[in-house]
Amino acid sequence: MKSYWPIVLAVVLLAIVPLVTTSNVVLNFLITTLLIALVGQGWNLLGGYGGQYSFGHAAFFGTAAYTTAILQVQYGINAWLGLFAGIFAGSLVGAVIGVLCFRSGLRGSYFSLVTLAFAEVLRIVSSVIPITGAGVGTLIKLDLRPEAFQFQSRVPFYWIVLTLVALSLVTVRAAENSRFGAYLVAIRENEDAASALGINTFAVKLAAITLSAAIAAAAGCFYAQYFLFIDAAIAYGPWISIDALLAPIVGGAGTLFASLLGALVIKTLGEATKLLTSDAPGLDLVIYGLVLIAVVGLAPRGIAGLLTALFRWPFRAVAQPEGGNG
Amino acid sequence: MLSPVILVPAVLNGLMAGAVYALVALGLTLIYGVLHIINFAHGALLSAAMFAAFFAFTLLGVDPYLAIFLLAPLFFAIGYTLQRFIIGPAAHGEDRNFLLVTLGLAIVIENALLYFFRADTRTINLPYAFDVVEIGPAFVAVPRIIAFGAVIAVAGALWIMMRFTDTGKAIRAVAKEKLGAELCGIDVAHIYAVTFGLGTACVAVAACLLIPTYYVNPTAGEAFVLIAFTIVVLGGMGSIAGALIGGLCVGVVESFSSIFLGESLGQIGIFIMFIVVLLARPSGLFGARP
Amino acid sequence: MAESLLVVENVSKRFGGLLAIDKASFQVGTGRITALIGPNGAGKTTLFSIISGFLSADEGRILYDGADITAESPHQRARRGVARTFQIVQPFAGLTVRENIAIGSHLWQRNRAKAIDAANQVALSVGLGAQLDAPAATLTVAGSKRLELARALSIAPGLLLLDEVLAGLNPSEIRDMMPVIRELTAHGMTILMTEHVMQAVTALAEHVLVLAEGRIIAQGTAQDVAADPVVVEAYLGRGAARRMTAGSTHA
Repeated sequence: MKSYWPIVLAVVLLAIVPLVTTSNVVLNFLITTLLIALVGQGWNLLGGYGGQYSFGHAAFFGTAAYTTAILQVQYGINAWLGLFAGIFAGSLVGAVIGVLCFRSGLRGSYFSLVTLAFAEVLRIVSSVIPITGAGVGTLIKLDLRPEAFQFQSRVPFYWIVLTLVALSLVTVRAAENSRFGAYLVAIRENEDAASALGINTFAVKLAAITLSAAIAAAAGCFYAQYFLFIDAAIAYGPWISIDALLAPIVGGAGTLFASLLGALVIKTLGEATKLLTSDAPGLDLVIYGLVLIAVVGLAPRGIAGLLTALFRWPFRAVAQPEGGNG
Repeated sequence: MLSPVILVPAVLNGLMAGAVYALVALGLTLIYGVLHIINFAHGALLSAAMFAAFFAFTLLGVDPYLAIFLLAPLFFAIGYTLQRFIIGPAAHGEDRNFLLVTLGLAIVIENALLYFFRADTRTINLPYAFDVVEIGPAFVAVPRIIAFGAVIAVAGALWIMMRFTDTGKAIRAVAKEKLGAELCGIDVAHIYAVTFGLGTACVAVAACLLIPTYYVNPTAGEAFVLIAFTIVVLGGMGSIAGALIGGLCVGVVESFSSIFLGESLGQIGIFIMFIVVLLARPSGLFGARP
Repeated sequence: MAESLLVVENVSKRFGGLLAIDKASFQVGTGRITALIGPNGAGKTTLFSIISGFLSADEGRILYDGADITAESPHQRARRGVARTFQIVQPFAGLTVRENIAIGSHLWQRNRAKAIDAANQVALSVGLGAQLDAPAATLTVAGSKRLELARALSIAPGLLLLDEVLAGLNPSEIRDMMPVIRELTAHGMTILMTEHVMQAVTALAEHVLVLAEGRIIAQGTAQDVAADPVVVEAYLGRGAARRMTAGSTHA
């Protein structure tokens, strides 16, 4: 059974940050990093553990963001209620897409394509219909009160997103220790063999995509509250779908801290690139693309894999016969 | 609403547009049929080819239709190199990895274009781009007719090549049974690279056919990717005829949805069709049942 | 429990123009080992896939313990107690042997720790105790076959479908595997096995079914079936039976 202590350690370390620095630059960097880590953890559950590679996680992220924004702006609903409504809406979209795709037995590349298509459809629709503000987007009114889920300082935002990330870590660890997690991994490894062992693969995959969508949805709601503006390209654009998969893959898809590690790496790379090339548009994404190719080609198990290999290395001579490890 | 004056141009324009979609899809289906991978970089390569055609015209004064003979071999070489030395080795033979590597490539290419050329939309000014020909109640632009003819020619050439040349037979062998082909002495890595090169060359030709009437920017190719995927899924992965017919169908569907739903929603018709087709037949209309 | 745990009634299966299974009907006696033999291409694995739910029959019924399972999906049949091994082994390659077997144990055991315990037991019973921590991808052919068996056993089945579980094993490995299989029926399990290894068939099977070109052409004890000219011809071609009895050598 895997322990929860590493999570406690990581969260405590991260929680200390606002106590040792007041730099908005650092806080903003970490907040956006944790945001990516959050949506990435959602992807990691479905893709890393379950082996179902979604290329359209924006569908869940964006739906949640729009839901909370629209509820606040058009119906005056409280932002905290909006958070729950957004998570619910995002999960619902996840469940619907899951039912449609998995009932049809869509697998592999086809599944990836269809999720991409769903995200694109949502993007196009939201860029046109009035309720989302169409091309102009939706602006949440500035209302710096905690009751409205807005804060003067960045620190409360930081702790909130950290809490969400912590919850996502706990959720995934709990899954790892449960039958659900074992079944999910079995499906990833060999779906037919899994059903031959009595696993209802449809039900497990559906649960996975719904949970994955819920986590991504939480990130979407947070985004809306932190940035106070969304439009079709932000909510449903490829940028978030790509970040959602890039972070966990770089970090080591299918491991607990994948998206956190990966998000730190790619955001750091992104910032470093911007510093070195003075904000030229596109270069940071070029780096992301190269990193993706490099990770897949050279370190398929991501950072987590590199770290485990590093730790095992001094013990190789002592350990049992090494199994085939990549 | 459905009078011939509206119907016929809609159908004709749909067919013309569809022909170019078909060419893009042709490249994709070729790559999928042989390598069994979905090439996510296809759209980015199209954007790159469009920039190449654009600069060939503005800097070198080469007519886009003549540029085909320049760019097709160039992009064949680019595609060959990409597959042989980057995609193939990086993917270690796993489907999921191909997906990610080609995605990475797409991100790199598209954003490199963005970095070097900015996001501004450019167009070229071809003197005869707006000449029209009268077909029944419709006026069809000359470039579109040329495009239609060119696509048929390319598809035909490919079909002949597949049927009658040694390389073509080797490609079909690898597509059907990779291990067996290898055992017969066929260099699979080379064939994979050749196929990828052919697919990329198709995209280069499509780019040349598009720029007389279409705009050029780093994300222009993106718009075609999902459409191309839809066609490939409709027409069957690996089927040349399927890509052609599928392309024409999709062109007409888009044409009609633009009429009924307006420009911006026109594309939705295609995506929804894509989703519906895959849900109903998870391996495409003509693919083998999973 | 019914006298025949598995009843296959008039099952047919077409692949396009090819009639792979042609009105196959037979029963598998509860608690006994039944062998399904036949020349290559006869349809044995197809029949297994139909019984376990991976392929659907075009005609006919499958009854398990009296219940009609013809329309049920593979995982539903597994829950009833139908387990199968795959001819081309299908391990969960990225997991260890213990984790592989535990997936099956989880069917009746929600708790992770208890499922792992159950998996350990099953591994010991098939002789995989020493490899519990090894990644499944590193097993030898013999080990992989044992893992297939162990995984099938981990769901505590009533009917075990063994698809050429001895294929690819050398004679000493076969010798080691046979008692393991025989042990299983001592605990009341019903086994239907396809095999090409005739020594195993004659040593283990109480009842033999012969499948050729999709049809059951003979059934009985191993001796009956071996002597049946129809069976000989299915393997060796038309007229072979006559040639054999006429000639001085015999197969």
